[in-house]
Amino acid sequence: MDLAAQFETLSNLAKSGTELTLWQDIFVKFYQAFLEGDRWQQYIQGVGTTLLVTAMALALGVVLGGVVALIRVAHDQQRPGHRNPVLGVVNLICKIYSTVIRGTPMMVQLLIMSMVIFKSSREYTLVGALSLGINSGAYVSEIIRGGLMAVDPGQMEAGRSLGLNYTTTMVNIVIPQAIKSVLPALGNEFIVLLKDTSLITVIGGKELLYAAKGIMNRTYEAMYPLLGIAAIYLVLVMVFTWLLGKLEGRMRQSDRR
Amino acid sequence: MIVVENLKKSYAGLDVLKGINLTINKGDVVCLVGPSGCGKSTFLRCLNRLEEPTSGHVYFEDKEVTEKDINKIRAKMGMVFQHFNLFPHLTVKRNITLAPTKLGLMSQAAADAKAMDLLARIGLADKADAYPAMLSGGQKQRIAIVRALAMDPEALLFDEPTSALDPEMVGEVLELMKELAKGGMTMVVVTHEMGFAREVANRVIFIDEGVVKVDRPPQEFFANPDNERLRTFLSKVL
Repeated sequence: MDLAAQFETLSNLAKSGTELTLWQDIFVKFYQAFLEGDRWQQYIQGVGTTLLVTAMALALGVVLGGVVALIRVAHDQQRPGHRNPVLGVVNLICKIYSTVIRGTPMMVQLLIMSMVIFKSSREYTLVGALSLGINSGAYVSEIIRGGLMAVDPGQMEAGRSLGLNYTTTMVNIVIPQAIKSVLPALGNEFIVLLKDTSLITVIGGKELLYAAKGIMNRTYEAMYPLLGIAAIYLVLVMVFTWLLGKLEGRMRQSDRR
Repeated sequence: MIVVENLKKSYAGLDVLKGINLTINKGDVVCLVGPSGCGKSTFLRCLNRLEEPTSGHVYFEDKEVTEKDINKIRAKMGMVFQHFNLFPHLTVKRNITLAPTKLGLMSQAAADAKAMDLLARIGLADKADAYPAMLSGGQKQRIAIVRALAMDPEALLFDEPTSALDPEMVGEVLELMKELAKGGMTMVVVTHEMGFAREVANRVIFIDEGVVKVDRPPQEFFANPDNERLRTFLSKVL
């Protein structure tokens, strides 16, 4: 007997008031959560959106964070008496950005973005990705700033003493060394970001949690959809952690003695 | 070649240099000595503006050293640091060729050839593709010197080049510096190696209390120190 027919029989039995055995009950609920009406496709679509949102937010966050970090470091490395007023203003904007973003809850930012700033937009997923990216950028900027400042000042001096200008020294000498030390923290931020994509459900983004909630509403059963997506998130994070470990290993090439 | 006029530097109200006047001629090998904290490293770093002087003037080849042309001047005035400051993420060869190629002075091929030539001269050709972490302190410092030489500098500044080295590695670095001096390189060396100063320098300068106290050829400098502070200093280090 195939699964669909068995499910039909058992669910009819349950509806008529018959007590199912533990295994029969598990089978019915599992089937409902993942197989009935090809529901697994909804999870797959959800994973797709989750990964897409993560990728977009990550790209935005790293670019934004990198730019903010470079501006703030360049500002702080100016010599007293040679301060550039434009840089001062841009630096102030960057500081306000990270203060506001880091000082307010992610969920509130998400709601403000979707219900105030983009209230007429129906691109919920896009608005969600944008909010996450802006949020992530503030944290990434602090991570990158820390990495840039942790590079021995002697490296900048050595580059400059050879006649290279500030930008060339930054790009060829300081930034490559900072990236290596920043990678574990950045990976952590990336994992946080991947999981935080579940928040965009509240503004209607159709990602993984959204799929699970839709199915929960249909079947009045919470356990299997929720445990199911928890397992999916876990697997995704584990895969990324593994990939990141590989990347770090490659970048440690110059540490070998 | 390098002329310093009334150079002053103060940090947060503390006057480190109180008016230094000095002329360094082409081919001079000048050793700067003095008690720690006397400002000799600060003075050296003011020459290529790694430190910005509070006041005074520095001229290099008759042109004033200012913030505007600083990169061009630094390319001609190499510097060697106490802690080598090699670029740890780059191979030895790339450490040497980075600046000449990025500044458009040489093609990568020409810079590579020059780097290999210089490395062969110091007997480290086999380390061209090694990373700095694999090298000993003495090897690192000699490569740092080669990195500065790859720019064809008119003068070299040495900031305590042997102070961070294990004793048995000091010799190889001093040997290379001696060779450069013999080859006519203009060198300004902040050092605690009195033996090197005595043997290689043609001028030894004692900086104390933020000014040049004594500026003599090494024989006179060490034989009859007529300055009270210098006598005290020499009695401690010799």
